[in-house]
Amino acid sequence: MASSPSQNARGYVATASLPALPPPVGTTGPVGWLRQNLFYNLTNSVLTLVIVWLLWLLVSSSSGWFVFDAVAQAGSKQECLKIDSGACWAVIGKRIEQFMFGFYPEAERWRPLVCFFLLFAAIGPLLVPSFPARRLMLWFSAFYPVLTAVLLLGGVFGLPPVKTALFGGFMLTLIVGVTGIAASLPLGILLALGRQSRLLAVRTLSIMFIEFMRGVPLITLLFVASTMLNYFLPPGTHFDLLLRVLIMVTFFSAAYVAEVIRGGLQAIPAGQYEAAQAIGLDYWQTTRLITLPQALKISIPGIVNTFIGLYKDTTLVIVIGLLDPLGIGRAALADSNWNGLSNEIYLFVALFFFVSCFAMSRYSLWLEKRLATEHR
Amino acid sequence: MTPPSASKKTVKKAAKKTARKAAAKPVAKKAAIQKTAPKRAGKPGNRSVIKIDGMNKWYGNFHVLRDINLQVYEGERIVICGPSGSGKSTLIRCINRLEAHQKGDIIVNDTELTSDLKNLETIRKDVGMVFQSFNLFPHLTVLENCTLGPIWVRKMPKAEAEALAMEYLDRVRIPEQAGKYPGQLSGGQQQRVAIARSLCMQPTIMLFDEPTSALDPEMIKEVLDTMIELANTGMTMLVVTHEMGFANKVADRVIFMDEGQIVEENDPKNFFNNPRSDRTKLFLSQILNH
Repeated sequence: MASSPSQNARGYVATASLPALPPPVGTTGPVGWLRQNLFYNLTNSVLTLVIVWLLWLLVSSSSGWFVFDAVAQAGSKQECLKIDSGACWAVIGKRIEQFMFGFYPEAERWRPLVCFFLLFAAIGPLLVPSFPARRLMLWFSAFYPVLTAVLLLGGVFGLPPVKTALFGGFMLTLIVGVTGIAASLPLGILLALGRQSRLLAVRTLSIMFIEFMRGVPLITLLFVASTMLNYFLPPGTHFDLLLRVLIMVTFFSAAYVAEVIRGGLQAIPAGQYEAAQAIGLDYWQTTRLITLPQALKISIPGIVNTFIGLYKDTTLVIVIGLLDPLGIGRAALADSNWNGLSNEIYLFVALFFFVSCFAMSRYSLWLEKRLATEHR
Repeated sequence: MTPPSASKKTVKKAAKKTARKAAAKPVAKKAAIQKTAPKRAGKPGNRSVIKIDGMNKWYGNFHVLRDINLQVYEGERIVICGPSGSGKSTLIRCINRLEAHQKGDIIVNDTELTSDLKNLETIRKDVGMVFQSFNLFPHLTVLENCTLGPIWVRKMPKAEAEALAMEYLDRVRIPEQAGKYPGQLSGGQQQRVAIARSLCMQPTIMLFDEPTSALDPEMIKEVLDTMIELANTGMTMLVVTHEMGFANKVADRVIFMDEGQIVEENDPKNFFNNPRSDRTKLFLSQILNH
């Protein structure tokens, strides 16, 4: 019949276009996936089985301590040991309120709870463009910091005042983490633009700020916030410790964010600036409409990386006496009833951080996918 | 690319739609008038729109443009050619001040090019530019690419800007791509969007910086056809290109540059048949015989 091009040296002409055929059986669908990913060849299949076996070993040996032999309710470590040999999760149950609120007065704990739930309503419209009634909700987002400050601190509208020294636990982590993230992004953007500015003064100041903040450990900055700042302020002025910490954490993380965004800005081809100029856009329009959206998109992994780092670094506030979850954990360990349960307590704190950071990581992946407009 | 019969149909439909819109919108109407302007017989006007007088430019110590003198009249089509590194791109980039010159004068539409931001703003509204690498904004749709200038620079209401953009997308024959992102289009389509984007600012002068150099051979024609149509509306055009066929067909004048200098200025007929300078002869022999 028809000869293939290679067989016929005198030339070849296709007489009809070939129809598109379905792929061979077993190369698509779940079976295809299993073959492609788990049993591609002999080595691949052996590795799959070994890993499954190792996973089974891990789960079967640890599930006893974690779940089946664990004790959920008891009054002390001694009672736990009497009941079963596994983890003594009872300590978490007994101390959960402290882990959540620190030493926030018990009667007022509804206030941080309300703030926590409203947090989702406030960041939702910022993070998700398809949020219902987004325009309106953005006003709420803008108003949220004031609302939270009023609710948490009290002293107005008949709310009893609460000192920030009583704030602690996950509540403190969220306050420092969310404020740091929300404030350091805009500051970081300004610093990144400042570092590339043609104005010498702006550029120099930005570089000095960034290099100083990056060149000093966060712990040092926190110590400065807690002690040295008093020497610079006029005597008698009260400047809340938590507020100082918030400012330092924000500055610290802004310097990192600025450098990440600068990297993104440098990846924008010169042609983008030129095209924007040729249309007649000015500097701020070009930045806002053309270069920054693209630079931020490229920088998402780096920015989120910085934010996750910042979020976990909030545990450093323990060194200046603020009671973050690790501080609360230590207090629990110091209690003679729960002495020696560090595994349970630190695992619990680790779980809290993991859940938060994993959520951030997933969100950034989702955002990257949504913003991908090239090469689709 | 879409098959010709289908695209023709959609173009017609879209044209009808925009025509209806145009009747309602005064600005779009202006564009429509421009579109239907009678084909120009070939004689440019007498008003000088670009005047370059003793212009020199340096990159650091390197003298890129040397004593450039050039007058461009309204409606004139000028092709600039020359070997790479001869300064032809730099020359047209000086005309909308993407590059600043250091000596001499450039006057565009009676406005002198200085570092004064006010003048710069006026000139960039009047002068459109199309780049070799398209430089579309990848994070915006085709339509948004086109409406950006009208909305933010000309302060046009969004609906009006969109009608205008559709008008020009129609003119470059890709209205059906308006909702797509530049990354989804072929090179030729992207360059036509870039032309439409420039036209949306309703410039009086268009600069083309090697508009077909980054394109596959089969896409060069669609872009050149778009440019020829634009030339037929009477637009003042300065085109840096190696497409000698285009120069022969469309140009009123051909300028040959070498080593930062205008070596020869001639009408296309004489330029190709009786070049006066030896350097021109050498250049032409190199690009035409291969």
